[in-house]
Amino acid sequence: MDFSILTNYFDLYLRGFWGTLLSSVLALIGSFVIGTVIAVFRITTIKALRWFGTGYVEFIRNIPLLLVVCIFYYGPSAIGFTLDGFKAGTIGLAVYTSAFIAEAIRAGIMAVPKGQMEASRSSGLSYVQAMVHIILPQAIKLVIPPLGNQFINLIKNSSVLTLVAGFDLMYFADSISTETYRTFDTYIFVAVFYLVLTVPLSYGVRVWERRLQSKY
Amino acid sequence: MMKIKSVKWVSLLLVAALFVIAGCGNNNTGNAGGGNTAGESTDSAAVAKIKERGKLLVGVKYDTRLFGLKDPASGNVEGFDIDISKAIAKHILGDENAIELKEVTSKTRIPMLNNGEIDMVVATMTITEERKKEVDFSDVYFQAGQSLLVKKGSPITGLESVTKDTKILGSKGATSIKNIKEKVPGITVLEFDNYQDAFAALKAGQGDALTTDDAILYGMASQDEGYEVVGEPFTDEPYGIAIQKGNTDVVQAVNDTLTELKANGEYDAIYTKWIGKAPAK
Repeated sequence: MDFSILTNYFDLYLRGFWGTLLSSVLALIGSFVIGTVIAVFRITTIKALRWFGTGYVEFIRNIPLLLVVCIFYYGPSAIGFTLDGFKAGTIGLAVYTSAFIAEAIRAGIMAVPKGQMEASRSSGLSYVQAMVHIILPQAIKLVIPPLGNQFINLIKNSSVLTLVAGFDLMYFADSISTETYRTFDTYIFVAVFYLVLTVPLSYGVRVWERRLQSKY
Repeated sequence: MMKIKSVKWVSLLLVAALFVIAGCGNNNTGNAGGGNTAGESTDSAAVAKIKERGKLLVGVKYDTRLFGLKDPASGNVEGFDIDISKAIAKHILGDENAIELKEVTSKTRIPMLNNGEIDMVVATMTITEERKKEVDFSDVYFQAGQSLLVKKGSPITGLESVTKDTKILGSKGATSIKNIKEKVPGITVLEFDNYQDAFAALKAGQGDALTTDDAILYGMASQDEGYEVVGEPFTDEPYGIAIQKGNTDVVQAVNDTLTELKANGEYDAIYTKWIGKAPAK
């Protein structure tokens, strides 16, 4: 184990770490928002929205993440603008993950007994109000474990930014390893940096889960 | 509270395990490097062996436009390297078709040569001091140099118009990236996995210029008319033909062929046929 790699290239590791962290946080927020909207689309009674939701999930979920990112990276130039590697990667990551999050949340909503919606509607709440105040809070509690999985996957998947020069951890790791020829050592330190991100997240998800459980 | 503690311990254990694994991996790579033996052959009658076999085994690239590219329609491999190989076969065996081509990549070419699977490597291989320790090289058979590929009409006309704010595209691990960073300190270089991806990024407007050996850039420019190679090459990348260490008679035969080709004008003809212009003198 050659710790001089870590000390000599610490600034590069750190730049990559911040890149990965920023991209992951943005994609996490984005995917959660898009995923929730799509999940609601998938279960509404309005046919057009339902079709859109189903189409979105089936299209995005069934193509590789790398392709989604490439579409955002190479595609925009056809219509006259460009997204740099970081933006294209983060948007691609958010869009890709949102399809899985939508499915998780939909499962959660379906698991809330039907009577809850019926009771809310008959108490005079609109469909949206019932969703926001009654159904979603109960559904979220059910879907925290699968959401936690998706978020951890998202952080690891952010390594896809490397392939579009998105300045993340793996991108700099590749540069370091081609410079030092110490591929294995270089990547082991990368693994530690990823653990620094993912272990607290999975721990945080568990705390959140416990707190919500005691609330209701 | 108990649960939190156990989580901490598990995390610690995991990280510790990782470091142990890291240590092992390190030893393994060390051994692999040490066990690498190059050029055991002491038999310098290698030319006689080729003559006895009746054909020349040559390692060439199958994926490099202009140098060695397999035409998917006809299945033929064509390019500058192939024409040079044929000339060598003609010199040694008297028949330019007494040749068998084998696909090599930058990674496989030296191992295949040292295993004796091929007699020589004619595959856009730059002569370096590092490689000279592993194989013998012929004289320079193609003089390449690092250059720039840009969209036609670009304000970049050569290295002198590249500034700190120019976005350069390149391939990971290539010496060309190190070179441009040395020539223009502080420049942004976007690195991709291979040249196809870098070229796609250039086409998508993600950068201003792509840099690597001009030999590869000419191949890209021939793929898309909207792009051109600009400026004079700003580094020296001499390509050589690699031969197993110790086979000095083969090196001699190859060098004789190259001298002959250059003297009778055939070299210039092959060069012009693929690169589109006569070699710089």
